[in-house]
Amino acid sequence: MMRDLVLNDFVLLTLATRWTILLSLIAFVGGGFVGAIVAYGRISRAAPVRAISAGYIQVIQGTPLLIQLFIWYFGLSLVGTNLPPLVAAGIAVTLNSSAFFAEIWRGCLEAIPRPQWEAAASLALTRFQQSRYVIVPQATRIALAPTVGFMVQIIKNTSLTALVGFVELMRQGQMITNVTFEPLPIYLYAGAVYFALCFPLSALSHKLERKFNAGRSTYRGA
Amino acid sequence: MNYVFHFKDVLVHWPILVQGTINTIGYSLVGMIVGLGMGIIGAVWRNSHNFGLRAIATFYVELVRNTPMLVQLFLFFFALPSLGIRLTPLQAAVLALVFNNGAYMTEIVRAGIDSINPSQPEAAVSLGLTWGQTFRNVILPQALENIYPAMISQFIMLMLSTSLISSIGADELTSLGGRIQALNFRSFEVFTVVGVIYLCLTLLLQRSSALIARIIFPRRRAVARR
Repeated sequence: MMRDLVLNDFVLLTLATRWTILLSLIAFVGGGFVGAIVAYGRISRAAPVRAISAGYIQVIQGTPLLIQLFIWYFGLSLVGTNLPPLVAAGIAVTLNSSAFFAEIWRGCLEAIPRPQWEAAASLALTRFQQSRYVIVPQATRIALAPTVGFMVQIIKNTSLTALVGFVELMRQGQMITNVTFEPLPIYLYAGAVYFALCFPLSALSHKLERKFNAGRSTYRGA
Repeated sequence: MNYVFHFKDVLVHWPILVQGTINTIGYSLVGMIVGLGMGIIGAVWRNSHNFGLRAIATFYVELVRNTPMLVQLFLFFFALPSLGIRLTPLQAAVLALVFNNGAYMTEIVRAGIDSINPSQPEAAVSLGLTWGQTFRNVILPQALENIYPAMISQFIMLMLSTSLISSIGADELTSLGGRIQALNFRSFEVFTVVGVIYLCLTLLLQRSSALIARIIFPRRRAVARR
């Protein structure tokens, strides 16, 4: 049965954006948490920990997010649990972003010169204190721009969860298209919503990049 | 959990998997090569003195990079027919991949051009080279060499993103994996195997990137010989 596209459909689409935002936040917070652990694993002094972290990043960055979604989606149902799609989608996007965060932050941690660690150690700080009070405050400045930039990627990635049936912006668009058969306005609107979410973050990321790069160059010049 | 894994049921369909892998590589290569061409044009436009060209290129890059590729793909495949343009899955898939990758390549190539010391084009001009000759023979070769690592990462990202075109029924690896799943209902095993194939492709590309660089860039060959 077909019906006409009405204004309410766009309200529905806009409301479905809540789930896109929720899933993005889950991926950002969860992925940030797991990613921080993996980033520290990558620079750990224990070789096996480094190897495991590197392997984890390699597997996640070396396979498509869509495949990871399918594996979690079908894998969790094998375990016999009847979980809502949000759980499978949430796990997949969280672990996916954790690997990318880990790589971004590892780079930032390694960008801090080694003598900073050594100087902190010579002040009798424990390894945790060294990173907490000396390394992380400096690394945060470098990490801010790429982290915000990656949030754009996360928002765009959540659109894939539509393909395993999680009803967010994209899936809602598909469903409305199925009954109204008006793909052009619907997908244009969906694209516009994604753009409205992503563009401010992109712009912020560029701004931060310029700001902190400038800050660093004067600092190094001194 | 008392599920028995049946990877054998998947692996007996190996000809389908091989075909899918070949198709995935094909889509990726087309997307990369045409995308690089678009990236070079886009980068020139973004650095152009002409305000119109600069605006078009900037608009294109920002539009593509701030919307999901799935939306772009669905617009090409499902929405264009309402404007009277009907594309096959293959055409829509290639168009979306090229359209998407072109924007990322524009930014990468632009970074490469920006990394060239201004004294290089100045020297070229003082030798009497035209703008076109300077760009083709002096700026571009050095720019491409500088951005080579970024291009490899982008190629891997592109290769992984080809999995999305399975959603419109293009015949690449994920889509053909879905076909195997329809034959034996072993979804988990199928997508695990497909994931491993993608991982192998990524690893192969990463490991051989230094070798490929030596083939593409003559200057590196010269350095290696020395």
